[in-house]
Amino acid sequence: MTTQTTLTEAMPTAILETRNLSVSFGGLHALEELDMQVSQGEIVSVIGPNGAGKTTLFNAITATVDISAGDILFEGQSVRGLDPNKVTTRGIARTFQNVRLFANMSVLENVMVSQHCRTKQHAFGALLYTKAFRREEAEIRQRATEILSFFGTRLIGYRMDQPAFSLSYANRRRLEIARAMATQPKLILLDEPVAGMNPVETAELTGMIRRLRDEWGFAIIVIEHDMGVVREVSDRVVVLDHGVKIAEGSYEQVSKNSQVIEAYLGKGVPEK
Amino acid sequence: MSAPRVDGLPQQHGSPTQQMPLVAPRSAFAHDWTRIARMGSIAAFGQVFIALSNMPVRLDERLIIKPVLSLGYLVLLILPFAAGYRQGHQIRREGVPTYSPGLNEVVGGFLCGALAGAGLSLLTILLTHFDLRDPLVNWSPMLLNLLSFDNSSWFGGVIWLAIGAAMGTAGGLLRLVGPTSRRATITIVLAVTGAAVLESVVVDLAEGLGLEPLTDRLYHRRGGINWNSALGLAGLCGLLAVTGQGRLRQAKSFHAQLQGKQRTQANGGLIILTATLLIVLPLFLGKLTNELLANVGLFVLLALGLNIVVGLAGILDLGYVAFFAVGSYTAAVLTSATSSRITPEIPWLAALIVVVILTGLVGLFIGAPVIRMRGDYLAIVTLGFGEIIRLLFLSDWLSGWFGGAQGFTKIPAAGIFGLTEVDGTDPRRVFYLVLAFCALAIYVSWRLERSRLGRAWMAVREDETVAEAMGINTVNIKLLAFVVGAMLGSLSGAIFAAKVGSVFPSSFQILVSIVILVVVIFGGMGNIVGVIAGAAVLIGVLGGPKQPGLLAEFAEFKLLIYGALLIWMMLAKPEGLIPNVRRTRELHHHEMAQDAWLQGQPPRR
Ligand SMILES: Nc1ncnc2c1ncn2[C@@H]1O[C@H](COP(=O)(O)OP(=O)(O)OP(=O)(O)O)[C@@H](O)[C@H]1O
Ligand SMILES: [Mg+2]
Repeated sequence: MTTQTTLTEAMPTAILETRNLSVSFGGLHALEELDMQVSQGEIVSVIGPNGAGKTTLFNAITATVDISAGDILFEGQSVRGLDPNKVTTRGIARTFQNVRLFANMSVLENVMVSQHCRTKQHAFGALLYTKAFRREEAEIRQRATEILSFFGTRLIGYRMDQPAFSLSYANRRRLEIARAMATQPKLILLDEPVAGMNPVETAELTGMIRRLRDEWGFAIIVIEHDMGVVREVSDRVVVLDHGVKIAEGSYEQVSKNSQVIEAYLGKGVPEK
Repeated sequence: MSAPRVDGLPQQHGSPTQQMPLVAPRSAFAHDWTRIARMGSIAAFGQVFIALSNMPVRLDERLIIKPVLSLGYLVLLILPFAAGYRQGHQIRREGVPTYSPGLNEVVGGFLCGALAGAGLSLLTILLTHFDLRDPLVNWSPMLLNLLSFDNSSWFGGVIWLAIGAAMGTAGGLLRLVGPTSRRATITIVLAVTGAAVLESVVVDLAEGLGLEPLTDRLYHRRGGINWNSALGLAGLCGLLAVTGQGRLRQAKSFHAQLQGKQRTQANGGLIILTATLLIVLPLFLGKLTNELLANVGLFVLLALGLNIVVGLAGILDLGYVAFFAVGSYTAAVLTSATSSRITPEIPWLAALIVVVILTGLVGLFIGAPVIRMRGDYLAIVTLGFGEIIRLLFLSDWLSGWFGGAQGFTKIPAAGIFGLTEVDGTDPRRVFYLVLAFCALAIYVSWRLERSRLGRAWMAVREDETVAEAMGINTVNIKLLAFVVGAMLGSLSGAIFAAKVGSVFPSSFQILVSIVILVVVIFGGMGNIVGVIAGAAVLIGVLGGPKQPGLLAEFAEFKLLIYGALLIWMMLAKPEGLIPNVRRTRELHHHEMAQDAWLQGQPPRR
C-alpha cells in the first residue's frame, strides 16, 4: 500500500470548501448558494429527496457541469474552471450513480488505466521498452492488484482478467470505487455506493467506507438514500432540498430537524 | 431422410451443453412462404442488377475453369446458391424447436433459386423484345448474347430458370450434408476459386522456382484452370479436407490455450516464419507480382496508421489521406529537382525525417482545433480537412511551391545509405522498403497498445466522459493518436512519391481515405493482423483506388464490390475479418453475457 497520509488529526483543516456555489440549468436552480466544508479525514453524507441536487453537487466539484456562481476550493485553491482531468489530478475522485465502468476492458485494466494521471511514461518509453517503462508498468499492475484486494477475494484471481460488464451489480459498484482509489485521490465522492445492493452487501460496504478513511486516509463525501448507511458512516450530514442546504450536523441532529422531516415526508399539501 | 440427423447442423459457437434436441424434419412443403419470396426476390434483384451493371460481360473474359466457367457466369451463379443455402437457416432460440434438415430445405432451396433465376429469365426476354437501350446504359448485344447463351431469348430464359433452380437446390442440399462433407465442399470451392484468382501469382512464383511444368498443367495458356486439372485439384483438396478433419481448428485452439512463455515462443515462431516467407518469396516473384505486393504494402502501412486513430482511440477520421498527401508532397519537394522553391535537394532518408516531423506537426494543427469534437461532427470536419489539404496542393496560389495541377515529376529514387536506390522500376526493392516500414509500424502499434497510452485510448473509446473523470487528459491523448497515425501515414506517402516518381493532387482524392477506412473496418478494427488481412484481400485481390489488383477485371466495379462487401460485413460480422477481442465484446457483449448466464458460468475472455 502506498503510504497515504494517515490521519493528521490535530487541527482538522478544510480539504474542500464550496462558497456560494450555484448551478442552474436554464431556469432550474439545481444548486443555490451552497456553502459546505469537508475536513481532512472526514466522512460527510449528503442526503436529500430525489432531484435535490446531490449529483449536481458532485458534477460541479468534478467540473462536469458549469458553475453559474460561487467557487470551489480544494486544499485552499480554487478548482473552478479546471478541466475535469485536472481536478482528478489535484486529488478528487468520484464514482457514478449509474455505474459507468469501461465495460469492455478487464477488471484489472479498469484499475490500471485510472492510474493514468499518476504515471508518466510516454510514447518513447513504450517504444524503446526502457527499464523505466517496464518498472512503471510493473508498479501500475502491482498497485492495481493491491487496490483490488482491498475488496477481499471478490475482484482478484480469475475475475481480474474478465471484462467489467461480466461482473455482478455489486461487484461493478466495488470496481467503481477501486477505480476511484486508483487515481490516488485525497477526497473521494461516492454517489449512492450501495444502491441496488442486498442487506449483506450493504453492511459489508458500509464497513469498507469507514476503512477507506481509516486505512487509506481519504476524505469522503457520500450521497446515500439508505439511512442505515448514513448513520453508520457519517461524521456529519448535509441535507439538500431543491438545491438549498436545509440542515447540517450530526445524524442525530439532522434526523430530528423538522425541516428535514418535512422535506422527506412532505407537508399535508406540497407547496409550489 | 426421415431420421433426425444431428451432424448436419452448423456448429454453433459456445458449448453445446444446453442445446435443444432436434425435432424431426418438417414436411417438404411446410414453408415460411414470405421468407422464400423475400430471399428469392433479393437474389433475383441482385442478379438483374449485376447483369445490368455489365459486370458479367466484362468478367466473362476471365476464366475460372477453362471452357465451362468464367468469372462473369460465376457472379451470376453465386446468388441463387447463396439464397438457397440461406433460406434453410434456422434461428435457434430457447424454447423454439430446431428441425433437423431434410427434404424441406431442398425444396425451399429449389423454390428460392427458381425465383432468383426467374429474374434473369424475365430480363433476358424483356431485353430482346423491348428496346431498353435508353434507360439501361449498359445494354449491349454482348450482354444479350451472354444472357441468351448465343441462342434465342426463350431458350436463355428457360436455361436461367433451370440454372437458378439447380443452384438453389444445391444450396439447400448443402444443409443436409454432414460436417465432413460440408468442410470438403467448402474447401474444394475455396481452393478452386482461390487457385483461379491467384493464377498470376502462382504462375509467377512457379516460374521463379522453376516449376513451370506444374502450372502449365494446371492453367490453360490463355488463363483459367484446365477443367481436368480443376477436377484433380478438387479431388486432392477434398481428400485433404476429409483426412485433415479440422486439424487447423485444433491447432488454433491449441494456440489459443497456450499461456505465458509458451505462447510468446509460439507467437515468435509464427512471426519469424512469416517474416522469412515475406523476405524470401519476393526473390522468386516477377515484376508484376512484386508491384502488387508493394501496393498492398503501401496500403497496409496506411491502414496501420489509421488503425491507431480509428481502431485504438476510436476517432473516426475521414480525412486520413491528408497525411498521405503531406508525406508525399514533403518528400517530393525536398528531393525533387523540379521544385524551385527549396533548392538544396536532400537525400530521401534525410528527407524522411523532415517528412515525419512535418506531418506530425500538420496532424497537430489539424487535430488541435477539431479533436474536442465528438463522433459524427469530428468525422465530418476531418473529411473537410482532407479535402482542404488536397485543394491547397492543387491551388494556383501555392503552385510555386507544389506545382499546382501539374504536381511534381522526376522525383529521384530513394537512396538507402548509398546501398541501393529504390524506385518504381524495381518493385521488389520497393516492396522490401515498404516491408521494413510496415514492420516498424506494427512494432509501434503493438508497443503503444500495450502501454499506458494504449489503455488510455481504450478508455477514451469506451467512455470519454468517464475517462476524463478518471484523470485522463482526453484531448491530449486523442491528439497523440492523431499525430502518431499521421506520422505512420506520411511514411507511406514518402515511399509512394519515390516509387511512382511523381505526385499529383489527383492521387489524393477522398476515395483514398474511404478505401483505407474500408480496409480497416473490413479487416477488423484494432487488430493488426486483421488490418493486414483486410489490405491483402481488398487491395491485393480487388485493387486500390488506382492500383489494379489480382482481379483486374473488377477495376470498374471495385467500388460497387467494396460497398457490397462492407454491407455484408456489417450484417454478418461487424467486428471484421480477424477481429480484436475487445471490439467483438463491444459489439456482442449482450449476447455473450446472456450465453454465459445460460450456461451458468462466467463468460470467457
Ligand atoms: N445536465 C442537466 N441538465 C438539465 N437539468 C439537470 C441536469 N442534471 C440535473 N438536472 C436537474 O437538476 C436537478 C437535480 O438533479 P440531481 O441529479 O442533482 O438530483 P439528485 O439529488 O442527485 O437526485 P437523485 O437522488 O434522484 O439522484 C433535477 O431536477 C434534474 O432534473
Ligand atoms: Mg443523484
